[in-house]
Amino acid sequence: MQTTSLPGSKVSACILCEMLSLTQLPGTVAVITSDGRMIVGTLKGFDQTINLILDESHERVFSSSQGVEQVVLGLYIVRGDNVAVIGEIDEETDSALDLGNIRAEPLNSVAH
Amino acid sequence: MLWLALWFPPGLWPTASGPRFPGLAHSPSLLFFKSLVGKDVVVELKNDLSVCEILHSVDQYLNIKLTDISVTDPEKYPHILSVKNCFIRGSVVHYVQLPAHEVDMQLLQNVARKETLQQKQ
Repeated sequence: MQTTSLPGSKVSACILCEMLSLTQLPGTVAVITSDGRMIVGTLKGFDQTINLILDESHERVFSSSQGVEQVVLGLYIVRGDNVAVIGEIDEETDSALDLGNIRAEPLNSVAH
Repeated sequence: MLWLALWFPPGLWPTASGPRFPGLAHSPSLLFFKSLVGKDVVVELKNDLSVCEILHSVDQYLNIKLTDISVTDPEKYPHILSVKNCFIRGSVVHYVQLPAHEVDMQLLQNVARKETLQQKQ
């Protein structure tokens, strides 16, 4: 299945399009939202304002007292205003991670 | 003319040369960032995450694409350990730390001056 970008954007395509065209699909991505949440899923679509469609997504909840908790979310649309970072996940490195043993503070939100 | 009011928020009314959008492709600060493509930079985000990497590309909204990233403090931020390339939305960037020897200060000052003059016009 192809990742689609919505038609009608007259301004020249943003580099998100460039980034996605270079990855091998289906691409698992980690999205960090403006409130500090981390959502991992398959990027199925996006547009000029960075609204995203994520399939098979789950949220990784980090805590300093217990290991990473994964909350299954399913099919999500994330509004572009709330997206901070989109990272391509390297499958090998990710499967080698021992999520149960990672202790970390949750990320901050981008508010000042 | 009423339909125009629905499309263009105040401050972006069409001028004789066409609608003005912030961060036009030819803006001097965009050209400055484009000159830094391929260099190592450290991007500090508004959520305090600092990422050290090679600047791959920049677009008109100053969104940044980075390759070969490494988090400056992986103990504190193990969240994106498995990410090597990422796209950062321009609105969440706090600072971009530049390598001092790569920056031509005279050029940068001229660029900043030009941009201020352009904005005043």
